[in-house]
Amino acid sequence: MTSITAPAEAGPARWTPRRLRSVLFNGAAPALPTLLALAGTLLLFVLFLLVQGKPAGEACLLIFQGAFGTMFAWQNTLQRAAPLLLTALCVALPARVGLIVIGGEGALALGGLAAAVMPQLLPALPSIPMLLLMALAAMLAGGLWIALCGALRQWRGVNETISSLLLSYLAVALFKHLVEGPLRDPASLNKPSTLPLPDPYLVGSLPGLEVHWGLAWGAIACVAAWVLLRHGVTGFAMGVVGGNVRTARLVGLPVNRLILTACALGGAAAGLAGLFEVSAVQGSATSALLAGYGFSGILVAFAARQNPLAIIVCAIVIGGVEASGSLLQRRLDLPDATTLVLQGLLFCNLLAWEAITGRLAALKLRWQAQALAVPTKELPHA
Amino acid sequence: MKNRRDFLKLSGATALGAALPLDLLAATPLTVGFIYVGARDDFGYNQSHAQAAAIIKKMPGVKVIEEEKVPETVAVQKTMEAMIQQDGATLLFPTSFGYFDPHVLKIAEKYPKVRIAHCGGLWTAGKHPMNVGSFFGYIEECEYLSGVVAGHMSKSKKLAFIAAKPIPQVLRNINAFTLGAQSVDPSITCHVIFTGDWSLPVKEAEAANSLIDQGCDVITCHVDGPKVIVETAEKRGIMTTGYHASQASLAPKGYLTGAEWNWATPYTEIVKATLEGKPMINFLRGGLKDDFVKMSPYGAAVSAPAKKKADDIKAQMLAGKFQIFKGPIKDNKGNTVIPAGTTQVQTDVVLEKMNYLVAGVVGQV
Repeated sequence: MTSITAPAEAGPARWTPRRLRSVLFNGAAPALPTLLALAGTLLLFVLFLLVQGKPAGEACLLIFQGAFGTMFAWQNTLQRAAPLLLTALCVALPARVGLIVIGGEGALALGGLAAAVMPQLLPALPSIPMLLLMALAAMLAGGLWIALCGALRQWRGVNETISSLLLSYLAVALFKHLVEGPLRDPASLNKPSTLPLPDPYLVGSLPGLEVHWGLAWGAIACVAAWVLLRHGVTGFAMGVVGGNVRTARLVGLPVNRLILTACALGGAAAGLAGLFEVSAVQGSATSALLAGYGFSGILVAFAARQNPLAIIVCAIVIGGVEASGSLLQRRLDLPDATTLVLQGLLFCNLLAWEAITGRLAALKLRWQAQALAVPTKELPHA
Repeated sequence: MKNRRDFLKLSGATALGAALPLDLLAATPLTVGFIYVGARDDFGYNQSHAQAAAIIKKMPGVKVIEEEKVPETVAVQKTMEAMIQQDGATLLFPTSFGYFDPHVLKIAEKYPKVRIAHCGGLWTAGKHPMNVGSFFGYIEECEYLSGVVAGHMSKSKKLAFIAAKPIPQVLRNINAFTLGAQSVDPSITCHVIFTGDWSLPVKEAEAANSLIDQGCDVITCHVDGPKVIVETAEKRGIMTTGYHASQASLAPKGYLTGAEWNWATPYTEIVKATLEGKPMINFLRGGLKDDFVKMSPYGAAVSAPAKKKADDIKAQMLAGKFQIFKGPIKDNKGNTVIPAGTTQVQTDVVLEKMNYLVAGVVGQV
């Protein structure tokens, strides 16, 4: 507090144009922790490899090459990023209303299952209406599941982080029970799965690419979420709820409804990821759906500081890390754990550098105070 | 080896026109890609494949690339494509059962010149691409022999089996193990716990402890990595029989024997066919006498009569004179599943649809 009235460093800083400073702060400050985290991760990873006696330089080169080096590498990266876009939204949307939801895996599983059984429940339809209905079912299943976490919190006082994780285990158990029991295709002997989707209901690749449509819809969902959260009244209201629930209540916002909506939208996104896993990748619902996309989405959302647009960038980075991990294994005979170490370092760095956000804000205050301090000092009655 | 390759390279450089293609073949090594669903050193399924891949690595004119922990998602498709595009692989061994449909089929159609040999035995003529092959082993023979040894060594006459999922392949192993033990003493029971998935170490340890508490004194399993089960049993002073690979080093006291894969046999055959330019081997299966599977060497605890009985049956199996699923066999609900006078031989497809547990197994599908 003293720093506000008595600036520690006098002189040059005072004369920097205020405008430039504010541009620097508003533009670069939010990205600074992430950039520092990336640099820190790279440094620690190189050190880690050197300590192990592995060729660090070559490894870094391969990481870049495997993730973004060629057209093939780009498609590989994007394909791996696609489901993460949607599962990250399952974290980022509830985060806007101040909830930490980590149960996206369960919403994805139920969404995928709901999509897979639709063609069996409905009469034969043309491909587009059926896919729309499948998407609707997937979003409904995922949305209801995560909304349940929100409801448990609002009406029963259950911590949503715990309940979403536990409900996710329940969802996975339910999924397995249904896939291996009542909904099992009798012909799927050693790999229990639901009846395969007929060909017209399979989703293909984006034109000119070898990446399925999930990527495009994931990106659209992220942009839509960004518009909703940053430029919509509902999004602003959600931000108020996330910032301070009491204030939100005081100004008469429908807190419960906003929280449930945010949760349901997040769950719907994860459910949609399930739809694409079923209709673009697996062709039926099997336990191969449970590949941890819901959990990787948590990492992506936190890395993106819950910003839907930044999720696109972060999902591509994580997709790239996974794609390059594959090349590291094949070229340098490094174990798969290398990728995990890299991801772990990235996550720790992101959390650690997050701490400077507060200092940056303090610095900004100090600079603002310096600008004000000039006349204050010269006031005779100060 | 090196000399031979150098010689071939040299002869390739100075080659006669007619000999050129052959020499080129030898000069550029065949790149073979191995893909595992779990860790290469899991003391189980993936290790059994990695051990065989290490043998292929030593073959002249072959370069091996490997990737572990590849899930059965789009990741395995991208890994296969990356091996083809980035490393020039022309023969792939995706080793997990779940890779086949749709992942292997999709990539095989896209790259018709690349051979993909999948482990699991699902290839069907007329339905699947010709550049795809599948191979598998009849490991229930080894399970039967393990059951014989377990039946001899058990004092409580209660055996334990920890299994991942109640699917035909797993049920066949549980039944063979139980029938083997009952051939020693018909009163023996086998207590089964299904964990629900292929790799759940915590649940596997809990199941092992629970079964030991119930009085079981020989434990075996069908999960991807038997490590924690074998270690838990050893710690509690209980005997084990292994699965997939040898876990003898984890349990020097209690490890009796085990059912192991010997993937080097099908691998070598498929790699040789590729090197020699012969057509893809689309369907390949074998049991004990074909050297597709093998038994772990007997542990120190195994008694002489147990060894003798197991060795006798093994000799009959090697001679092709022993059948495990020979009627009458009842399931554990009292229904006759194989009537008297009927024998379902190893290659019988009925066995691949097994959906019951034989009498004496405590547990349900």
